[in-house]
Amino acid sequence: MALTTIFFLILSVVAIGTAIGTVASRHPVVSAMNLVLHFLMLAGLYLTLNAEFIAVLQILVYAGAIMVLVVFVILLLNLGKEDSLETGFTARKGVAMTFGAAFVIQILILFTSAGSFTHEITDKSVNVGQVKNLGYILFTKYLFPFEYIALLLLVAVVGALLLGKKKLFLERDLPEKSLK
Amino acid sequence: MSSEFILLLPLIIVGVMSVISILVDAINPNSKNSGYYLSIVSIVAVGGFALNNFYLNISGINLDGANLITSNMLSFGGFSAFFDLLFSIGALLIVLNARNYLDTVKTELNEFYNLVLYALAGMMVMAHSNHLLTLFIGIELMSITFYIMAGYFRFASQSVEASLKYFLLGAFSTGFLVYGMAMLYGSTGSMFFPEITVAIVSGSANNAYLMFGAALMIMGLSFKSSAFPFHQWAPDVYSGAPTVVTSFMSTAGKAAALSAFIIIAKTIIPMGFDPTGLESAVNTDKLITAIAAISALTMLVGNITALVQKNVKRMLAYSSVAHAGYMLMGIVANTAAGWSALMFYAVVYTFMQIGAFIIVGLLERDTDKNLEYDDYAGLSKRQPALAAIMALFMFSLAGIPPMAGFFGKYYLFMSVINTGHLWLALIAVVSSIISVVFYIGLIVKMYFTDSEDVEGESLPWNASRMLVFVTSAVVLIIGLNPGGMLSFIKSAL
Amino acid sequence: MSDLTFTLIEFGIKAAIIINIVLVMASVEVYLERKISAWIQNRVGPNRVGPMGLLQPIADVVKLFMKEDLVPKAAFQGFHRLAPLLTLAVAIGVYAVIPYAHYVNIGERTVYWGIAPNINIGVLFILAMTSIGVYGITLAGWASNSKYSLLGGLRSAAQMISYELSMGLSLLGVILIAGTLSLNEIILFQRDGWYGLRWMVFLQPVGFLIFLVSSFAETNRTPFDLPEAEPELVGGYNTEYSGMKFGMFFLAEYANMATASAFLSLLYFGGWSLPFPEFWDSIGLIEGTWSRALLQFGSFFVKLMIFIVFFIWVRWTVPRFRYDQLMNLGWKVLLPLSIINLFVTASVIIFFGL
Repeated sequence: MALTTIFFLILSVVAIGTAIGTVASRHPVVSAMNLVLHFLMLAGLYLTLNAEFIAVLQILVYAGAIMVLVVFVILLLNLGKEDSLETGFTARKGVAMTFGAAFVIQILILFTSAGSFTHEITDKSVNVGQVKNLGYILFTKYLFPFEYIALLLLVAVVGALLLGKKKLFLERDLPEKSLK
Repeated sequence: MSSEFILLLPLIIVGVMSVISILVDAINPNSKNSGYYLSIVSIVAVGGFALNNFYLNISGINLDGANLITSNMLSFGGFSAFFDLLFSIGALLIVLNARNYLDTVKTELNEFYNLVLYALAGMMVMAHSNHLLTLFIGIELMSITFYIMAGYFRFASQSVEASLKYFLLGAFSTGFLVYGMAMLYGSTGSMFFPEITVAIVSGSANNAYLMFGAALMIMGLSFKSSAFPFHQWAPDVYSGAPTVVTSFMSTAGKAAALSAFIIIAKTIIPMGFDPTGLESAVNTDKLITAIAAISALTMLVGNITALVQKNVKRMLAYSSVAHAGYMLMGIVANTAAGWSALMFYAVVYTFMQIGAFIIVGLLERDTDKNLEYDDYAGLSKRQPALAAIMALFMFSLAGIPPMAGFFGKYYLFMSVINTGHLWLALIAVVSSIISVVFYIGLIVKMYFTDSEDVEGESLPWNASRMLVFVTSAVVLIIGLNPGGMLSFIKSAL
Repeated sequence: MSDLTFTLIEFGIKAAIIINIVLVMASVEVYLERKISAWIQNRVGPNRVGPMGLLQPIADVVKLFMKEDLVPKAAFQGFHRLAPLLTLAVAIGVYAVIPYAHYVNIGERTVYWGIAPNINIGVLFILAMTSIGVYGITLAGWASNSKYSLLGGLRSAAQMISYELSMGLSLLGVILIAGTLSLNEIILFQRDGWYGLRWMVFLQPVGFLIFLVSSFAETNRTPFDLPEAEPELVGGYNTEYSGMKFGMFFLAEYANMATASAFLSLLYFGGWSLPFPEFWDSIGLIEGTWSRALLQFGSFFVKLMIFIVFFIWVRWTVPRFRYDQLMNLGWKVLLPLSIINLFVTASVIIFFGL
């Protein structure tokens, strides 16, 4: 077995484990830390694909910035262990589980029976993950999507301000109803 | 200036102007009008250049080879120019109406108009997309803007609920969409739509992954166009969001989702493609049946649930689901006739739905009051003009013959009958008849029920009230001359 | 000896040496801190243990080891234990990419000084590791289940995120000029011009100042040591820690300080590069010889120590910021400044070339 295969197996098993841990844990901080570990594993997977730059960005942006903010908010709200809302088994849950299980089985059958994708990884993708190539392709081939993603991020910022700003509708935000 | 630059101008203008308008707001925070006027100017400019592109396309300028700036990730056909035009008309109506509506509830902010521009940009990218990536960016740009706009009345719990519900379910459905895209890419080895079609037609695509990916993408797009069984969010979001936002989401937003649906359907279900000769028989025609089933169920569920509604806004929300079902018939037909019928219906629907919502907004009080059927009792005596126009919109939505809505439905029905889906047309007719009950029910309430409140209050003459007349006039004109509209649309394809 | 065995042995030795250097450096810093603070405050400082108090750090460590390890009953046990480990591990992990000198030739093989100094994302690696380091402190604050600790953890998370932005943006100027993310290549760029003195600090003075201020905030040192502000928060995030767990935080703080100093000297002061490289070549100390490498290491070490002393000097001179001042400085001064700096740098490169 090649070294990359061993790394791939270890990383993906841990990644799946932590992903399940993120969803299954009832404690928000445990969930968040599982997710951080998951991101680190993903970064490792990018490394096995020779994409060091993307791997480090994965750590820097997701594990280092976004998840820190998530943990920050969890701490700020001082969230404790989540109370279970519905402990019993309900019909709604049963239906959801049935469909979910069906979906998973379908995917498993698909991946075991349908063979490989037609798109093979070629040798030229070895250099794709490097900074210069990435920058070059972003500003030539992917220029339009790149610029529009900037708009997408901007709208998220505008929305966050709009929904989170303290005083927005000066007359509306007063406690008593100010309307005639 | 290269010719591609001219074709790209609507997208550039809307992107740049949305940034500029937020900058103007930041530099001059006390200005009450900057957002309003800037957005009107930019939307009009976008519409103008879109119209220009539309006629450029008719005059036969083919720029597929000269696609350098966007490296073929966008297509600039008449199809997308038409949708650009439709979206900008929808956005213009929303902006003009929003001023009065937001002013009555004292919530006017420049950001609102800014958000309309972002949503417009997203929709236009969707209609232009020629690559999975641009499609995704367009969908997300539009959806995220809508999540925010749905929660614009953040002091009102139903608005916040609408926003949160829409966001959570929308994020979930985006997961399906992206998974489908990954499968499609894995199967065909390309993210460009024409290349995907080539891979399917030449038989080099992996069949199982292709079908799985296509099914997932149809699920995701069904969510965005609020089709059964992914329509559950629509009534709550449409009735919880501010009325002006609802009118935007349920018309232009829906048209954008359906334009993306057309693009995807065109790609993965190549027209007139016979797979029998190929070794790995890729038979995406099966998907047509699935879409037909979605369409039929959407119509039935939307109309039947709309029957029992007591709230006019909610009724319009459910009926909006049903109208998505009608429009999906154009995709089931999978012919140029079907698509042009869909586009025709999208135009008509945009005008009549926005018109109806403007009236609802005019009568609405304090963000969620005065919306019940009972509140409309005796409206013909209090506001005869508004009641008459509302009746006109209701007739048109129900598809009563001389109205534009009728011709929209007629073209859609004919397109599916011509492609051999008679059963679907029958279901559509049945559900249309069901829909008559609640549309006419509102007219009956307005005209034949008396209310104690005879005087009513006088509504001011403002832009919203003008728009009511404009939209109703458009609905009437299209109804009088449906052939002209249809040939205009057909020249796009 | 096969390549793989050689590599394994090489990296094993390097790792052992580097970890020890980091830990010894930390104790040297502790000693320096106490001595310098004493001089600044006109005191004598430690002078009982060993000659001139030189063995004081060892006594400190022994004391920490002997102490009882108290864990609050209400603490979240797992994370309470994990937090100091994480902090220290990240602080030491950064040293994997720092080059200490260029290289020496052993037989036919070239051995670089440093574990992976030539990795082509070195700069980003350091940023990524320090950003992971926040978790140690925030988790420590949260897991202790104490109000003071929680406030300390919160402050550190907010502070590190705020300053990471301007830090990263000011770094981009350096990266733009050098055209690489590899630490060794950035040093080579600084060596290959102006008689080995093409230091980034001359090319990027504003960026250097922003980076300097940000690294104070990133290492939680005064004047930005709000996460452990004693008058307000007792001990901040490490209030509920004792014994060697506290010691780990202590070590990590000093290791981080050394990292920041090393980073500053690498990026802005030429790192291990010696001024006037031709002169050294002419007297026979060519690249690849042990003597040249040792000289380079000396050059790096001197710069490192100067920065460490600077860090300590600032701590005992400048008073602590108020929290809103800290945030204002980060978001309203440093961030716009670093963006302008980046913009100007990029414009100059585009229009005038290098």
